[in-house]
Amino acid sequence: MQIKESSEVYDVIIVGSGAGGGMATKQLADAGFNVAVVEAGPFFDPADPKTMTQMKWPYQSPRRGAGVDRPFGEWDMAYGGWQIEGEPYTHEEGTEFNWFRSHMLGGRTNHWGRISLRFGPKDFKGKTRDGHGEDWPIGYDDVKPYYDKVDKLIGVFGTNEGLENDPDGFFLPPPKPRLHELFYIKGAKKSGVPVIPGRLSMLTKRINNDRGVCFYCGQCSRSCSAYADFSSGSCLIFPAQKSGGKVRLYVNCVVREVTTNEEGKATGVSYISKDDRKEYKLKARVVVLAASACSSARILLNSKSKQHPNGLGNSSNVVGKYLHDSTGSGRAGFLPQLMNRKTSYNEDGVGGMHVYSPWWGDNSKLDFPRGYHIEVWGGMGMPNYGFGFNANEFNKFFGTKVGGYGDVLRDDVKKYYGSVIGFGGRGEGIARIDNYCEIDETTVDKFGIPVLKFNYKWSDLERRQATHMQDTFEELIHNMGGEVLGDRPGGPDNGLNKPGEIIHEVGTTRMGNDPKTSVTNKFNQLHDVNNVFIVDAGPFVSQADKNCTWTILALSWRASDYIIEQLKAQNI
Amino acid sequence: MLLGTGALSLGLHSCVQEGGPSLETQIVNSADEYFGRTPEELERIDKLNAEELFTAHELETITVLSEVILPPKPDVGGPLEARVPEFIEFMGKDVPSFQNTLLGGLLWLDKKSTDLFNAEFKSLSLDQQKQILDPIAFYDPDVPTRKRPFEIQWFSLMRNLTMTGYYTSEWGIKDLGYVGNTPNVWDGVPQDVLDQHGVAYDPEWIAKCIDQSTRGDIATWDEDGNLLT
Repeated sequence: MQIKESSEVYDVIIVGSGAGGGMATKQLADAGFNVAVVEAGPFFDPADPKTMTQMKWPYQSPRRGAGVDRPFGEWDMAYGGWQIEGEPYTHEEGTEFNWFRSHMLGGRTNHWGRISLRFGPKDFKGKTRDGHGEDWPIGYDDVKPYYDKVDKLIGVFGTNEGLENDPDGFFLPPPKPRLHELFYIKGAKKSGVPVIPGRLSMLTKRINNDRGVCFYCGQCSRSCSAYADFSSGSCLIFPAQKSGGKVRLYVNCVVREVTTNEEGKATGVSYISKDDRKEYKLKARVVVLAASACSSARILLNSKSKQHPNGLGNSSNVVGKYLHDSTGSGRAGFLPQLMNRKTSYNEDGVGGMHVYSPWWGDNSKLDFPRGYHIEVWGGMGMPNYGFGFNANEFNKFFGTKVGGYGDVLRDDVKKYYGSVIGFGGRGEGIARIDNYCEIDETTVDKFGIPVLKFNYKWSDLERRQATHMQDTFEELIHNMGGEVLGDRPGGPDNGLNKPGEIIHEVGTTRMGNDPKTSVTNKFNQLHDVNNVFIVDAGPFVSQADKNCTWTILALSWRASDYIIEQLKAQNI
Repeated sequence: MLLGTGALSLGLHSCVQEGGPSLETQIVNSADEYFGRTPEELERIDKLNAEELFTAHELETITVLSEVILPPKPDVGGPLEARVPEFIEFMGKDVPSFQNTLLGGLLWLDKKSTDLFNAEFKSLSLDQQKQILDPIAFYDPDVPTRKRPFEIQWFSLMRNLTMTGYYTSEWGIKDLGYVGNTPNVWDGVPQDVLDQHGVAYDPEWIAKCIDQSTRGDIATWDEDGNLLT
């Protein structure tokens, strides 16, 4: 087989176009470098009316929005899901990991929750604090200037509250709370749980003349056609192109490996085109991996050569290790005070919570070491598939019959519309060497590339945190005057979501000062090969009780500045 | 409001140097027909639409039953206006695990009708139909779904699909009164709603929120992160 090799040598090849890849594209192209972005999925522009799902009604679909093709519902803007045909992954027996992939320009930033939380000073020094895991080789002060720049470039609403571990920033003003959120604020106060305005990357105010302002459809998961929320394509890659940057997009191209020369330095990547199933090579001075924590680890492990027999950057044997996801557990309640609501007004709001609770506890007095924040949902949302199921189930709280048929069902639907409030706890799990992904030598995908095999288990530290979440949720619902819905989630993991399900997987190529115990240095550069960088969540030493995207963006910008400096100094 | 896509797409470069239409071209060509579907998704919908799950008699029975479950009303229609029978058939094909319950339940219904009244369900009087449905229409919410008698499970599924099919239609959304899914400027819960539910905004909280008259002004901050505009 002849591998087609392009004669052009790019300054930088970036693998993946999500948050990390988009930011690197923007910074490196703005600095004048010739950049190639290699993306496994198709081109996607949120503003393209042909692919747009924003503002669609359920009746435009024969399945009324059901999540058969797309796991978060038919309108969700992610091409992929927990399973992708022809691209499997496997598990060590007795372990679980669910892996969400979205193959399209912009990746998972097209559908994500836009909850944009900075890590705080304590989050970078976990081991110093409680002995678990490892400290980062950098601290909050190293990242703060980049968080500030990300806030201003991309836009995030929130408020400066002066909280020690939930730092202030450059915020746009938040939207006012919705009705159920006012009940949450009241109930949480009784429990001593703090509530502050949400921090989400949606434009409640204009930040430049290229992007629109939020028009409150509540559909950020469908990707905003006005570019009023953060998606990597609309906010980073397209602006880089528009300002004249040399950005070549290679879409539908699945990277197999990073290619290296006799000296062991990277020369580019080889990829398989989905369109003709042929193998191609691209050359560059620098390779930046941003394919997602697990996909980048997979590319490194599959990049074996004489010089790198254990996979690229893996002399430490740490690639794939320390995989960890946020912990998650949820609960919902029925609030009788929210019955019989007036539907006279539109409370879609932004596509997420207007209020939330940052972690408030003192872990030194608790039986688990790390915290969690609480996300809140509820309200009079647009009906989609599933609306009206068990329409009068809450009759049970009033001792009346459940089910039936006839005109009364119309009354029941309206009586209970918007009377449910739900909580999601999102916490920090401990990074462990024995939670990992590795190459499954027995299995390849349809492109012939060996796939990942996952090995992940929660420990009692996470299980005890989940118990605390559930205790808190029950107390909050009680304090709000509500009825807890459903049985307490149990099972061997005390109601924790399965590993991977919160879609905050990080840590597979962790950074550190010691090349024996880490994969990259503190500038996201491989210890073993100085012209390869990783700017997704792989280099995270620990995932805080926050969401990872804002830190991916800040660290990718920081790494890009370092790449620019090193390229200009001709060090790489 | 839509930003031009033409100029932004200049960098687009399919990794196939020669050959047929790229995936994005196919999406562009096909999605006009269908609400932002990928070609693969569109293909699957076309395939399902070409299949038949129910006989003509079964569809007639579903039609009759759905109107007993949710009788039509002037101005807001009912299951037929909302195309509920077509929706139920599509879901039966889309989610194969529904099929045995849906198909088996319809046979149960006609057998029961014949046993009691010597005619198929669709031909019975409303009063006779109710005599058949009353014993299976209510369920014990404390018993898990799969432990309930089959006919109760089936009727619950029919009711759920009828309700969701209706309330996701233009008619049902009108009946519900949902006024969202339209561009607007959120400026908090109206006072009459706050009063109805006995809650109020905290003035200190509201002071931090967006003053919507400034939403079009470009944000600028001082060096401490205080918004200036």
